[in-house]
Amino acid sequence: MPVKGGITTSGREETFSYRLWRYDGAPGELIPLLQSAQNHFGYVPRKAINYIAGVTGIPESEVYGVITFYSQFRLRPMGKHVIRACAGTACHVSGSKVIIETIEDELGIEVGGTTDDGLFTLNTVACIGCCSLAPVIMINDETHGNLTPASLRKLLRAFRRKAKLSVSKAAGRDAAAAG
Amino acid sequence: MKKVIVGMGTCGLSAGAQSTYDRLSELLSENAGSFELSGTGCIGMCYREPLVEIREGDERTIYGGVTPELVEEIFEKDVRGGKRLDEHIVYSLDGKGEPSGSEAEFLNSQTRIVLRNCGTIDPESIDEYEAAGGYRSVRKALLEMTPEGIVEEVKESGLRGRGGAGFPTGLKWSFAASYDSDTKYVVCNADEGDPGAFMDRSVLEGDPHSVLEGMIICGRAIGASFGYIYCRAEYPMAIHRLDLAIIAAREKGYLGKDILGSGFDFDLKIKQGAGAFVCGEETALFASIEGQRGMPRIRPPFPAEKGLWQKPTNNNNVETFANIPWIIDQGASAYAAYGTEKSRGTKVFALAGKVVHGGLAEVPMGTSIHDLVFKIGGGIKKGRKFKAVQMGGPSGGCIPDSLSDTPVDFESIPATGAIMGSGGMVVLDDTTCMVEMARFFLEFTQNESCGKCTFCRIGTLRMLEILTRITKGEGREGDIEKLTELGERIKEASLCGLGQTAPNPALSTIRFYRDEYEAHINSQKCPAGACDALVDFHIDAEKCTGCTLCAKNCPVDAISGEVKKLHVIDNSICVRCAKCVSSCNFDAIYKS
Repeated sequence: MPVKGGITTSGREETFSYRLWRYDGAPGELIPLLQSAQNHFGYVPRKAINYIAGVTGIPESEVYGVITFYSQFRLRPMGKHVIRACAGTACHVSGSKVIIETIEDELGIEVGGTTDDGLFTLNTVACIGCCSLAPVIMINDETHGNLTPASLRKLLRAFRRKAKLSVSKAAGRDAAAAG
Repeated sequence: MKKVIVGMGTCGLSAGAQSTYDRLSELLSENAGSFELSGTGCIGMCYREPLVEIREGDERTIYGGVTPELVEEIFEKDVRGGKRLDEHIVYSLDGKGEPSGSEAEFLNSQTRIVLRNCGTIDPESIDEYEAAGGYRSVRKALLEMTPEGIVEEVKESGLRGRGGAGFPTGLKWSFAASYDSDTKYVVCNADEGDPGAFMDRSVLEGDPHSVLEGMIICGRAIGASFGYIYCRAEYPMAIHRLDLAIIAAREKGYLGKDILGSGFDFDLKIKQGAGAFVCGEETALFASIEGQRGMPRIRPPFPAEKGLWQKPTNNNNVETFANIPWIIDQGASAYAAYGTEKSRGTKVFALAGKVVHGGLAEVPMGTSIHDLVFKIGGGIKKGRKFKAVQMGGPSGGCIPDSLSDTPVDFESIPATGAIMGSGGMVVLDDTTCMVEMARFFLEFTQNESCGKCTFCRIGTLRMLEILTRITKGEGREGDIEKLTELGERIKEASLCGLGQTAPNPALSTIRFYRDEYEAHINSQKCPAGACDALVDFHIDAEKCTGCTLCAKNCPVDAISGEVKKLHVIDNSICVRCAKCVSSCNFDAIYKS
């Protein structure tokens, strides 16, 4: 039973452009519009703020104010793999601090940052809700629990290796195609 | 035919339930017709996930820790051979309802009203919900009861709001019902934001229809024909299942126009929260539904008079709504038979932290903390000493082991300086530093303060600075008094629940663990050995392989040792940055 995003109670997939088109002036649509923009682009780009402000008549400054109030919205693109390190209470007492430090050290970024190669973004989250597996992180939609600094480094390196492999494979394909 | 059911809540999926499910569906396609396969929500035994249940008639056998390899064994021996694998059984019920299994105590010590269907029905099937008695209460409420009668029934049950404050639900409904308006709203607060609490998520994932049913009944009682469920976006599975539930309920005619021919209209919409803890506060939640920054507003007017879009609104949380169908179906007196005089019914707790059985437990109000931690929770991990429980998350406080006889109810818990909260119960052992714990929660609330009230915005920051200083061994005389005074002022001068409770973690730890604060401040020692700046680092001779990585990463060259030989940390040079801990590939560095 995988979770698919975007399906709503109307039973149809609603894209960002469809939602903008459908907007009928009903109040309270700003946050859903921003959410669908972020689903579409991976973040909320300047352009989307323009569009939303234009369609809804809400001033850009106010749209920006709402974006920065909520932790879900991002104004910059995210990496290919989004790491969400749990900073909940149960994880905290099980050593999430050193887990987060290890990720920062291994990837050379701070919480909220993205690696230069665009591969990883590191965020923290209040609670993933699988406290019995603490400390826990999520990489994309997968949860990894009972981590130690050592097992975490292995995990991140495995992701790196896989990414490199797919890059070199793609390069190989390009070379073959060119040859 | 045998039915095989896999626990597919977020906790189960995190532990690998998807691959267990996938392996089962492969086996099913190879052996078509040999069994029936379905998924269910969280049964509460998060510590033994992935869980797989084999059901045949009234007989139930639940296996724990089921990897794809174990699936094969279970299939061969149990599903096909009819021989149970006793060593993997965590819980079983024979045909006569006699429970057994290694974890029988965990479920038997509970009373399940809210979680009545969690882990037993397929949450994506409205038919299974109906078969379990679902929507019977909507029928009863809409066709046999008057709105006043429903409110009276809820009042009599003694149900109090499960979101934390414990306001009597029936009374709240009667307020919203008393205002005349063409439009009224029912709002379900599913913005469970406490770090360490996951009760509502499990109910939404495991039994979404029970919440819908509670909301429909509430709509009828107060005269509202539209409702919103405000659910955090971090719960994609819960939102997905709510979506499916709403669609199914519309098809069956439990939502929409003229429900069951009663002439009553009601429909629902999900609003995804965008990540702001303050939106758990009802007026902030309304602002967020309206598409604004989620900031609380001054009361009165109270939501019952002017709530969402200035219309009379009734707001309850997930667990409160999930109780309603049971109360209407079984009657107020059946519900009131559980619990204590002033706190009726049951409460769901999310047990987490240093407890052996982390998971969900529903117990009658008035059960002691000791019973929750030791009887249901199975005691403390690694046999360590029980120190305290933290209740109510960032708004709550710590209850020390000396008060573990305290019954959990809306009177006794606040008397200790903690709050009931929504039900997060994090168990702490003797390696947890209480000052650091307070700092952790202040960091959270400071970050989540919406900024409207000065005392909450600036006061919590000052408290955080003082606490951070203390954990670094830089505490000063008078810090404790300053924290106490700041805390009291913030409580007085904040508009909403966030600010009014933000100082609780610090105040309650000062109350019970003042000696720990003093040890940090006066002798720069952390009695629990948890604060990095105040402990010594050592290398475990058995784990160290002499790879030199820690020495290379040490910024002050405090680590010495030859290649392939044990390394040693010179604590007189060490600056306690803990870089060595995170750099070691063998987890060989420990604190003391």
